[in-house]
Amino acid sequence: MSTDRNPTAATDEQTLVRRANWQDLRFAIVGFVVLVMAMTTLLVLVGDFMIDGVPRLSWEFFTNFPSRRPEQAGILSAWVGSALVMLTTAALAVPVGVAAGIYLEEYAPKNWITDIIEINVTNLAGVPSIIYGLLALGLFVQTLKLGQTILVAGLTLALLILPIIIVATREALRSIPLEVREAAYALGADRWQAVWMYLLPTARPGILTGAIVGMSRAIGETAPIITIGALTFIAFLPPSPVQETFPFVSFEWLNSPFTVMPIQMFNWISRPQAGFHVAAAATGVVLLGMTLMMNGLAIYIRYRIRKGAG
Amino acid sequence: MDARTREQSVVAADTSQPELKADAPLRARVVDFSFYYGDKQALNRVSFPIYDRKVTALIGPSGCGKSTLLRAFNRMHDLYPGNRYEGEVILYPEELNIVSPAVDPLLVRLKIGMVFQKPNPFPKSIYENVASGLWVRGIRKKSLVDERVEEVLRQAALWDEVKDRLRTSAYGLSGGQQQRLCIARALAPGPEMLLLDEPTSALDPIATARIETLMTELSSMVTILIVTHNMQQAARVSDTTAFMYLGELVEFGPTTTMFTAPHDRRTQDYITGRFG
Repeated sequence: MSTDRNPTAATDEQTLVRRANWQDLRFAIVGFVVLVMAMTTLLVLVGDFMIDGVPRLSWEFFTNFPSRRPEQAGILSAWVGSALVMLTTAALAVPVGVAAGIYLEEYAPKNWITDIIEINVTNLAGVPSIIYGLLALGLFVQTLKLGQTILVAGLTLALLILPIIIVATREALRSIPLEVREAAYALGADRWQAVWMYLLPTARPGILTGAIVGMSRAIGETAPIITIGALTFIAFLPPSPVQETFPFVSFEWLNSPFTVMPIQMFNWISRPQAGFHVAAAATGVVLLGMTLMMNGLAIYIRYRIRKGAG
Repeated sequence: MDARTREQSVVAADTSQPELKADAPLRARVVDFSFYYGDKQALNRVSFPIYDRKVTALIGPSGCGKSTLLRAFNRMHDLYPGNRYEGEVILYPEELNIVSPAVDPLLVRLKIGMVFQKPNPFPKSIYENVASGLWVRGIRKKSLVDERVEEVLRQAALWDEVKDRLRTSAYGLSGGQQQRLCIARALAPGPEMLLLDEPTSALDPIATARIETLMTELSSMVTILIVTHNMQQAARVSDTTAFMYLGELVEFGPTTTMFTAPHDRRTQDYITGRFG
């Protein structure tokens, strides 16, 4: 090209290209080193308690109550407690959170009041969980006298993850293409129909993901559960939700004392015997596995629906 | 209107020689219509008639307000805050001012269907897409819905292509098929008027030709108002044309006159491609 006529310009261009390449390379190296450091730390931590914990996992570990003897201790009451608390949390937080999200996004007039609500909801998602614990202790346990029960734990964790679900619902509704929304309304759908027949089905993957992310946060929460006064040593199960006599379903378990896996873990770690530390590591493995499973489910749902829509 | 006027307009459409006598049956009349996006005025005192079961084309350069006017016909602007209508758009025979704040947008949308620039099927099956308009009107009886779905898919010249895969996702169709699906969806509830907002601008020439043929066929059944950027398209499919510029109506008349002997200098310049 113009190399013969203007050799200096050509040299400058070469320099620019070299400099750009060197810049990219430098950042790539720094980024890679940082990544390796972060991942190694994480892998060592997880690997360490996997090595401790995995051999301890057995059928008995899941079917035994906690015990004074570390080799006999199990997490039966803890995982049943976690499962029931999660069930209660989901039953409370998902319908309320989704409804609130729909209202804020589709129904509420856009004015300064809804702006303030929006800012507050977003901020609530970042409030430390122990604050929710204190609120629950004051409101549910002391004022309403509901006791230190599964119901109260469910209510507390539901409050904790409500902002996450509300925000996820709003984001999911907001990210629906304008065309789908306009198509529904142009067809003569009223707001109720537009929301239930067209907008919610389109937003479902986003809402589900938000709900599962919220739930996987709730399952690991320890602070608010300790604050409301969950027991740390429980050698019995809540009453069964299924009965042999009419009406066959019982909600007595909601009023039962309980423990959850993070608390069981916390309890065992604070014991002096090494055997309990191994049990704690094994509980950690179970907890981690459950969280991974829930996150995996969220990813799978997103992937399936994205693929299914095409 | 009686059966005779109906017949006349069909004949008129067939001969593509629209008779625009002063007493031709009207489907709507735009009277001194202005529109504001917040403080910004987008349309200024537009007035023209829309004849029953004819194709009326809205043409003009980008930003002239033609899409704004079209979207006012089924109150799409009501979905966004801060918009304001002034003047009247009277829908006949019920003589309903469809832009009056006293009229619920839902009522207007139940009467007037719309097809958008970009094909916008719902992420549902082909059948569910077409049945949607019936379902939102409370028509749920399966035999009835099945029958109507087939009928409008045939009218939209899509039936033969989709009859074996009605239960598959509408997203599996090509762009042109999706747009014909959207037309079928809008036709299913039997609208009094059909609004088309640049329906072929996202399509290839073959798909465009099919949609144009479809419009000509449909004009014997339903009043069509179409926004188009394509002069040839306006000339091919429409009976009357409105030329808009900077939010005002410059000229309105039979399409043949507009394209052969426009009265206004700006119309002539636009049609001959000197600006726009």
